Amino acid sequence: MSFLQTLQSHHFDILKEIGNIGAAHAATSLSKLMNTKVEMNVPNASLVDFQDLPNIVGGADAEVAAVFFRFTGDSLGSMFFLTTVTDAEKFASKLIGQSFSFRADDEQVQMGISALSELGNILVGSYLSALSDFTGLNLQPTVPQMVVDMAGAVVHYGVLTISEVADAAILIETNIIEVDHRTNPINGQFFFIPDPESFPTLFEALGVS
Amino acid sequence: MNEVVKVGMADVQTIVAPLKLRTSGLGSCVGIVLYDSLKKVAGMAHIMLPDSKQARQMVPNRAKYADTAIDDLVETMLNMGASRQFIKAKLAGGAQMFSFAGSSNLMRIGPRNTEAVKEKLKELHIPIVSEDIGGKSGRTIEFDSVTQLLHIRTVHEGTKDI
Repeated sequence: MSFLQTLQSHHFDILKEIGNIGAAHAATSLSKLMNTKVEMNVPNASLVDFQDLPNIVGGADAEVAAVFFRFTGDSLGSMFFLTTVTDAEKFASKLIGQSFSFRADDEQVQMGISALSELGNILVGSYLSALSDFTGLNLQPTVPQMVVDMAGAVVHYGVLTISEVADAAILIETNIIEVDHRTNPINGQFFFIPDPESFPTLFEALGVS
Repeated sequence: MNEVVKVGMADVQTIVAPLKLRTSGLGSCVGIVLYDSLKKVAGMAHIMLPDSKQARQMVPNRAKYADTAIDDLVETMLNMGASRQFIKAKLAGGAQMFSFAGSSNLMRIGPRNTEAVKEKLKELHIPIVSEDIGGKSGRTIEFDSVTQLLHIRTVHEGTKDI
């Protein structure tokens, strides 16, 4: 905890840069994959109390579709690609080329989930490889796992390793927005959550101390 | 409508009837309800990890761990007039939402939390009246101190009272 509390604003600025580089590449991948226009917002990097974590994803009860990864290599941590259930259905519909609902029969749901996992895989893969290129660190994602469940229950997994040493996590958040239809955008949220012991390596690779 | 007291992640709260207790989005965490139905005193803990002795923090948050959270819950309830021999427990949570191949011990946290809670309750001779433990789904739980029912809501498996 003490280490995380010593971080200053220039540290958070450089962490935002991670969100920037990663999500920009992921947005490009998404744009190519779906052949649509994708925008991203300004990344946010902050120290978030576990108590407040669910609020960032719409409340502990909110139903979300989440693709979860751990990343390993020179740095360790967790990554999420999160969307509301409605937006996950829109992403899946575009990917499989037919209307998709999580309330459909099992076979169709499986197809949608596998398409969404693959989408998460591609997006997180391009996020991490952009970061690898920028920092020179070797970062590898684990096989993605996708769930549709309560936000509070899901995001807790991302801070498990941190919960052993702290009561807050540094969260680097970027939103991407598929804006093919201005009136009906599809939102996705990236969370990049490094394990506490990974920060010295990350900062060194990013050229700050 | 009776007022609902919210219990956050790594949090402990106590009430007297007719208030209710609620915690949202239990995944691998375990929600522990302790109550004395005679004195109408109840408490809820939302624990994240099994064992405070494994904490790697200078000053661990006692509400985060099964053992210390239950100790604190019992002590507060006794101070509120509960009788130790009448305290009973209901449990929910401890799900395993993600399963990574060759997964580390940490990803098995749901079952480990459950074991730790049961161990601690056994040590304190507190009987478990009912439980809804394990599985893959997140849960939101609400305890009614008047009926002593624990209402459980999941995304995929509907609702039930235990």
